[in-house]
Amino acid sequence: MDKIKIENLNLYYNDFQALKNINMSIQQNKITAFIGPSGCGKSTLLKTLNRMNDLVEGCRITGKVLLDNEDIYGNIDVNMLRKRVGMVFQKPNPFPMSIYDNVAYGPRSHGIRSKRKLDEIVERSLRLGAIWDEVKDNLNKNALQLSGGQQQRICIARALAVNPEVLLMDEPTSALDPISTLKIEEVIQTLKKDYTIVIVTHNMQQATRVSDKTAFFLLGELIEYEDTEILFSTPKDQRTEDYITGRFG
Amino acid sequence: MNRLSRLSRLSRLIRYTIKFSAIITFGVLFFIIVYILVRGIPYLKPSLFALEYTTENVSLLPAIITTIIMTVLALLISAPIGIFTGFYLVEYARSGNKLVEIIRITTETLSGIPSIVYGLFGLLFFVTALGWSFSIIAGAFTLAIMILPLIIRSTEEALLAVPNLLREASYGLGAGKLRTIFRIVLPSAMPGILAGIILSIGRIVGETAALIYTAGTVAKIPENLFASGRTLAIHMYVLSSEGLYTNQAYATAVVLLIVVIGINALSTTISKKLTKGNIDG
Amino acid sequence: MNKVGINMKSKFLEKLMEIVFFISACVSIISVILICFFIFVNGFPAIAEIGVFKFLLGKDWSPSNVPPSFGIFPMILGSLYVTAGAIIIGVPIGVLTAIYLAKFCPKKLYNFLKPAVNLMAGIPSIVYGFFGLVVLVPLSKNIFGGNGYSIITASFLLGIMILPTIISLSEAAIRAVPRSYYEGSVALGATHEYSTIFAVVPAAKSGIIASIILGIGRAIGETMAVVMVAGNQARMPAGLTKGIRTLTANIVIEMGYAAELHRGALIGTGVVLFVFILLINGIFSVVKRRMA
Repeated sequence: MDKIKIENLNLYYNDFQALKNINMSIQQNKITAFIGPSGCGKSTLLKTLNRMNDLVEGCRITGKVLLDNEDIYGNIDVNMLRKRVGMVFQKPNPFPMSIYDNVAYGPRSHGIRSKRKLDEIVERSLRLGAIWDEVKDNLNKNALQLSGGQQQRICIARALAVNPEVLLMDEPTSALDPISTLKIEEVIQTLKKDYTIVIVTHNMQQATRVSDKTAFFLLGELIEYEDTEILFSTPKDQRTEDYITGRFG
Repeated sequence: MNRLSRLSRLSRLIRYTIKFSAIITFGVLFFIIVYILVRGIPYLKPSLFALEYTTENVSLLPAIITTIIMTVLALLISAPIGIFTGFYLVEYARSGNKLVEIIRITTETLSGIPSIVYGLFGLLFFVTALGWSFSIIAGAFTLAIMILPLIIRSTEEALLAVPNLLREASYGLGAGKLRTIFRIVLPSAMPGILAGIILSIGRIVGETAALIYTAGTVAKIPENLFASGRTLAIHMYVLSSEGLYTNQAYATAVVLLIVVIGINALSTTISKKLTKGNIDG
Repeated sequence: MNKVGINMKSKFLEKLMEIVFFISACVSIISVILICFFIFVNGFPAIAEIGVFKFLLGKDWSPSNVPPSFGIFPMILGSLYVTAGAIIIGVPIGVLTAIYLAKFCPKKLYNFLKPAVNLMAGIPSIVYGFFGLVVLVPLSKNIFGGNGYSIITASFLLGIMILPTIISLSEAAIRAVPRSYYEGSVALGATHEYSTIFAVVPAAKSGIIASIILGIGRAIGETMAVVMVAGNQARMPAGLTKGIRTLTANIVIEMGYAAELHRGALIGTGVVLFVFILLINGIFSVVKRRMA
């Protein structure tokens, strides 16, 4: 089922066109990877899916992005959209608060006040982020005191705490060490059954390890979009093949 | 607006409270300025600017002249010292140098001392210990110390903002340190230093407590530097406390406001020139 | 002159100027030492003669009595009360205005409002004092009763006067918060307003606190404005709608005609004020260091 449908999407930063006529569908409960060289537009496209690009001055789009067949650039509540489409950033950015407050932040901002409910949500989210056992006795510790890998898992838990349907991950492990990277990839795999995940990565091995479908971008265009196995073994486009064999990138 | 109607009550409350506070702040400022202008401008008669002060015309002119003399004098004393201090801190001292730390502490201390304490010090040191009595020069020296931290700080910031590449280019061509400082660094840092000087002028013009017991309150044009004289701000204080000259006090307030607004406008334009210069150069 | 000669001459000049710059730098150190010396040396003997506790805690300031009493406790309380009042009035409005300027103000309006804040900082204290005298005092009289010269009036005036201090520093602190906190919050679906208050502003806490401390310093050190609206009665505070005298007012009002011990007591008041300020500045530096 198409969770997200992108139709004829063009994106401009002032006069510069960053995305050219993108058409694709993101499948529900699958992990979709965006790959491509730096500057190809993969992160930009990711950020159109939760309208984080709105924060950039001079950014405008034409075309449609449909979430469950509803145009997210139409007459909708952007805050609700971002609740349904969560995001994990490249550099872990926990708030300068306790671990508990970090994870409870999202639910609190949507009106949940009951301590019992928040406790439940915090535990559930930290378990999903595979970090509950490490921090359960120290929930009041300042999140900034954790290691980079732990911080990122807190951020994942924080994003999950608002119960999104889609999780966008913008190079979530590029700033982390290999062990944390593997831990997070495990987390991503377990999330698949309940969430639709889109992950931007510059690491092709990660894409093969983690994703079901992969989309290859170059200079703002979608070049090829296939099941991961197929794209990496028998790519149809010469440019895809050049990229994955390391001829440029 | 669509967005506003969708905002939760909390977000709407936050938004209104914040906007309301801003309205209060700028509303009060606006009100103060307009009120004084409206009440004071009608009394800006030519008699108010007569050369000779009498209790009838309570002329501003002697006070204005005294203020100008005081400002020039204080700047003549303080600006070179402050700028040279900036040079030393940025161009000569090694970072982490103990002395630099101490100077930073003393500069910060100086900038926090209330003007009345400066006034006391001026009274005890310049007026009494040095025997200058109530005089323009006692006031000027007191003010000079008061504005010193301001000039030091803005000079330092201005010098630090000059990219090292410029200095290295100059040294690479074989120029000595002095030449580099005066020919290359200083011109580039000039706008910032000037901004500091202009801000100091603003402080001097508005200063009262530091001058009452150093420069005194005599109302006529001082004949020499060792005579007493009142600045515009002191004049205004005397007028308002005597209670007989409320209208002239309003007028004096208008003059002070216009001077301060002018100084601020000048400072803003120079800062704009500064950022423009950095972007282009 | 041959090359060696020129070299020596310029080297001499270089060294000379370096010394000149160095001496200039020492001027600020010398100034602080001089100020401390003269204030303390002229103040301590008087305090000692009056008796430290009688001076600091004495509730009776009557220099013209026979025998005179020099208790400055009423003035210490006076300064503390009006400063507290200024903080209560100035901090909420100031911080909220800073938030407005940093996160809610349209760019074009900002180019006009930011210089306005600087202007507010530049208005001389006697102009504020005069405004307080002709507008706030009658207003206070109408609303709160009494004769208008009171703690309340002084607090309002001082609150207005410390606004620019609090606004500029708090705004800078809020702008310095990394953008990632705001983006992280918004990505969770929180509104702009919620994100600003609950994610951005808490991260700017130290800077905001620093601005408050600086505001306290300004309020305690303010003389002219307070003198014109506070009533200046040298007795223990008698109520919010009644007048009081601050440490600063004490000095400026009586210094003109004080002699000997009275004079010494006034300088002693200056000592107390000075020590307060040094303490506040010290705390400010510590907080600023914590920030970095």
